Amino acid sequence: MASYKYHILLCGGTGCTASESPKIRENFQQILAEKGLDDDVQVVTTGCFGFCEKGPIVKILPDNTFYTQVTPEDCLEIVNEHIIKGRKVQRLLYENPEDKKHISDSKHMGFYKKQMRIALRNCGFIDPENIDEYIARDGYKALASVLEQHDPAATIDIIKKSGLRGRGGAGFPTGLKWELCAKNAADQKYIICNADEGDPGAFMDRSILEGDPHSIIEAMAIGGFCIGATIGLVYIRAEYPLAIHRLQVAIDQAREYGLLGKNIFGTDFDFDIILRYGAGAFVCGEETALIHSMEGQRGEPTFKPPFPAVSGYMKKPSNVNNVETFANIPVIINKGWEWFSSIGTEKSKGTKVFALAGQINNVGLIEVPMGITLREVIYEIGGGIKGGKKFKAVQTGGPSGGCLTEKFLDTPIDYDNLVAAGSMMGSGGMIVMDESSCMVSVAKFYLDFTVEESCGKCTPCRIGNKRLYEILDRITKGNGTMEDLALLKNLSTVIKDTALCGLGQTSPNPVLSTIDNFWDEYVAHVTEKKCPAGQCKALKQYVIDAEKCKGCTACARNCPVGAIKGTVKMPHEINQELCIKCGTCIEKCKFGAISII
Amino acid sequence: MDTIKLTIDNREIEVPKGTTILNAAKQMGISIPTLCHFEFKGMDVHNRPGGCRLCVVEVAGRRNLAPACVTECMPDMVVRTNSMRVINARRTVLELMLSDHPNDCLQCAKSGKCELQALAIRFGIRSNPFVGPDHAQSSYQIEVSPSIIRDMNKCVMCRRCEMMCNEMQTVGALSAIERGFPAVVSTAFNQHLDHSPCTFCGQCVAVCPVGALTEVDNTAKVIRAIVDPSKKTVVQVAPAVRVALGEEFGMKPGSIVTGKLTAALKALGFDYVFDTDWSADLTIMEEGTELIGRLTKYLGGDKSVPLPILTSCCPAWVNFFEHQFPEMRDLPSTAKSPQQMFGAIAKSYFAEKINCKREDMVCVSVMPCLAKKYECGRDEFKVNGNPDVDFSITTRELAALIKQANIDFTKLPDEEFDSPLGESTGAAVIFGTTGGVIEAAVRTAYEVITKKPLPKIDFEELRGLEGVRSATIDVDGLPLNIGIAHGLKNARKLLEDIKAGKCNFHAIEIMACPGGCIDGGGQPLHHGNGDIIKARWEAIYQADKNMPIRKSHENPSIQTIYKEYLGEPCGHKSHELLHTHYFDRQTTVEVDLNK
Repeated sequence: MASYKYHILLCGGTGCTASESPKIRENFQQILAEKGLDDDVQVVTTGCFGFCEKGPIVKILPDNTFYTQVTPEDCLEIVNEHIIKGRKVQRLLYENPEDKKHISDSKHMGFYKKQMRIALRNCGFIDPENIDEYIARDGYKALASVLEQHDPAATIDIIKKSGLRGRGGAGFPTGLKWELCAKNAADQKYIICNADEGDPGAFMDRSILEGDPHSIIEAMAIGGFCIGATIGLVYIRAEYPLAIHRLQVAIDQAREYGLLGKNIFGTDFDFDIILRYGAGAFVCGEETALIHSMEGQRGEPTFKPPFPAVSGYMKKPSNVNNVETFANIPVIINKGWEWFSSIGTEKSKGTKVFALAGQINNVGLIEVPMGITLREVIYEIGGGIKGGKKFKAVQTGGPSGGCLTEKFLDTPIDYDNLVAAGSMMGSGGMIVMDESSCMVSVAKFYLDFTVEESCGKCTPCRIGNKRLYEILDRITKGNGTMEDLALLKNLSTVIKDTALCGLGQTSPNPVLSTIDNFWDEYVAHVTEKKCPAGQCKALKQYVIDAEKCKGCTACARNCPVGAIKGTVKMPHEINQELCIKCGTCIEKCKFGAISII
Repeated sequence: MDTIKLTIDNREIEVPKGTTILNAAKQMGISIPTLCHFEFKGMDVHNRPGGCRLCVVEVAGRRNLAPACVTECMPDMVVRTNSMRVINARRTVLELMLSDHPNDCLQCAKSGKCELQALAIRFGIRSNPFVGPDHAQSSYQIEVSPSIIRDMNKCVMCRRCEMMCNEMQTVGALSAIERGFPAVVSTAFNQHLDHSPCTFCGQCVAVCPVGALTEVDNTAKVIRAIVDPSKKTVVQVAPAVRVALGEEFGMKPGSIVTGKLTAALKALGFDYVFDTDWSADLTIMEEGTELIGRLTKYLGGDKSVPLPILTSCCPAWVNFFEHQFPEMRDLPSTAKSPQQMFGAIAKSYFAEKINCKREDMVCVSVMPCLAKKYECGRDEFKVNGNPDVDFSITTRELAALIKQANIDFTKLPDEEFDSPLGESTGAAVIFGTTGGVIEAAVRTAYEVITKKPLPKIDFEELRGLEGVRSATIDVDGLPLNIGIAHGLKNARKLLEDIKAGKCNFHAIEIMACPGGCIDGGGQPLHHGNGDIIKARWEAIYQADKNMPIRKSHENPSIQTIYKEYLGEPCGHKSHELLHTHYFDRQTTVEVDLNK
């Protein structure tokens, strides 16, 4: 086997791929070949490193040098300096925002310091298209030991004791789910991987599939063995072509190695995996809707019971777990439930992957132990609010979640605390907002999404969410009344109380949590017709400060609609009826006399 | 049986395991409002999508409200069906529903019979906070097909039509499309119903709780034909109408109103009031002869004879096999349906008798059926563009006409049908229910084949309401294997069996609607009450018993027409006037992917 002096690890996630990482790889390979270094240096395309804000990422082993925002043009310098001369390229290293010093090893970076990578353990380390690299990191060892022990109940017991809960959002105990399905005898059962990741901004499932597809295959086989399923189905959205490709490559390799197929590890256990593509409907993340979609039916949920564990895919007992949940399974088997359950809080064990987004310095994918506080995530890992602005709220749980304010910053993050605070874990979207965010608009944004994604089966979700959106829209345009606020509250409560599935039951959460936490902001919109964050265009007023105005006429001359009147050297005035809030006057005023109120 | 004890509205009740909260409450006299929920007892029809959310109730210990229609009772459950939380939720849901509804009740065909309207009345909805310039309303194009009008602006997404179309009928014309607010029930790719596999059976219309699906209303055309002095109007009434029309006037289900019906039609001003029962007897002569012909050939050793012979009276069934089993279209009898036989004879034999030109005669049929509207418009039933039957109206439309005309139906004295196309037998009236056509055929075939009188006229073994039935009739030593199916799902089963060679029937009767014509798409709405269908069913057989003659071939007027005009059954003239042919109508949808 070849041994290399250096490994150049290059991010091959969707984000970095879009930022030319394939070209970077090509350049590295070409330069290394030209210099005769291709026997000494191996270029490996890995999964996502998580630090998407600074992508494309290139990491060089063995010295763990972490280069950020690398361009194809940088390759020559990296090879010449780092590989040949052993000198790090300083300008490509991460700069610590606090002391402006360069950090070379990622483990010293604020973004990574507090992270703990279990589900993402192989992302950014191995070539996802090479099964040997997965095996070298204990891959398929868990499956081997489970099959060797040949005691499904014992394995289920391990998962139960580990305290692992579903990472797709609701947090149902995984071991218990397996046990319920295992109990139902049937000639055929199915284990299903829910890869229909749909929360806006969330991409952990995609990253795992792109960076470590074998972990999912291994976990599905373990789950299949435990519940008595010989067929695994992955329901994956067709918008994830790279994840589909990598997963398919991994499945083919696993079949070739005999890790899928007949008599796995020489036992009587047969198992194989089939991919099913989704058309990208948010509601198909709901397990009954997902199953209907896989069956070729309309993707809409049905009333539970019967639960899929009793009657699922093709009316057979089925178990649906999310990608991230599966990614934890092999590690739990390898390291033991005691180890896993020692991480996290009393009722939420292990880690959770979050997609950090919004007005935050370090946008990216992070994995943190349960129990970490929002403050640690936002300020230490996330590097604080962009532009030094003030933190206003953090939205967790995607469209089903709620907005949490400053008072929750020191709450340990786990399933139950987030629900108690009026939000939820969801699949791990975390959108940070600063003081310039209008919370009515934030609620409206999420409702816009749910209105679009409702399947239309039940009345409260089909019509109710539309009405919620319309009322919010009315408020942001300055046409809302106090009665509208009462209407919003009542309608939100009724939708939560009456909707058929999880989508509808949680869709009013963004409205309720913003009403709870930002009531004054709603009131300002309807009574004063003002948007305190200055975001609602219809409520903006451009005014000229008579004291500062010199009467230079620059604003009046440039106003495209002739809304500004005034005589030379006299303070000007803006006709609010005519003003279209384009902002030209502010740009043209040399005296800072115009402001938005 | 396992039972469960629970508390509903502070009262204890014990119910069998598996009972829903809705049904448990019903047993206690508590009527929880529902809309999407639909159960057709005795017909194995259930619609329980749990989608409208009007039936929500409070269950102690549960985070949110539970839909009573799909939530099963559990031991020690504590349920509140009338807490203010529940009432507020129901009211809000109803307001939401009404906010996306045209609310044009004054002109709506369902007004007075609309389940949404009834709920709005029950909840006393006087204003709606979700209606106004900021609130969108669905706007779909209203689609008119030969039988059915689809006004999806009124659709409440109860999905009953979809369930009937897919589960009961296995036609697959209707399904939910789009998602979110624009979600609606439609055809594949939103194609016109004419270009879908729709059979026009009208079972979707029969269960639609609102005015989204209604029949094409021909009452105005009928009035205008009657007032036109240049036209002679001839009306025929199908067998199943006489056992259902009374319901529209508050009479008990199963009331036989033949005499009042005749009187009403005469009072409305039709020139000739005839009976489809007459042409049902004629159908038996033709179809029975065809059956005997095919059987004789088969028994004589000709194995190429298409068997089993399938009945062809039901136009929705004809549409079904033309769409879904076109390769088997040599099996059904070539005999036209009674409606079309009547039209063909009225505009030839009878027109000649009264010396009326074909174009000057308007032939109207009163049918329990929506597919009949489509059938009478088929090109093969026209002569130089003039249809044998001009308009078909439903039982419901006739009731509306009678009400418009201030006729006090319940007090009308009985009258007789006109002659000669008004005379009929008991064999004809049983055409109105499943098993009736084949029983009528057997009564005649037996006597024709054996040349002996029937020992017993009632063939109980052919009667019933089970979806698929079979019986072997001993025709003087010859075992005649008969199959019966009603509901197209059941028809499909038999057709699949025939295809697979697993079928040893000589003759099969098929009716598209569950129960046959008594539950046709044009009948008074039954709202899922199976007892109504049972009562109509019993009335059909009572009407048969009431007839002095009960075998089609003994109908003197039928004997006369063969003597005077047609010659012999399945003869040359018969073939010209009374037989038809079928088409391959397999649906192909052309989709422009560039759109």
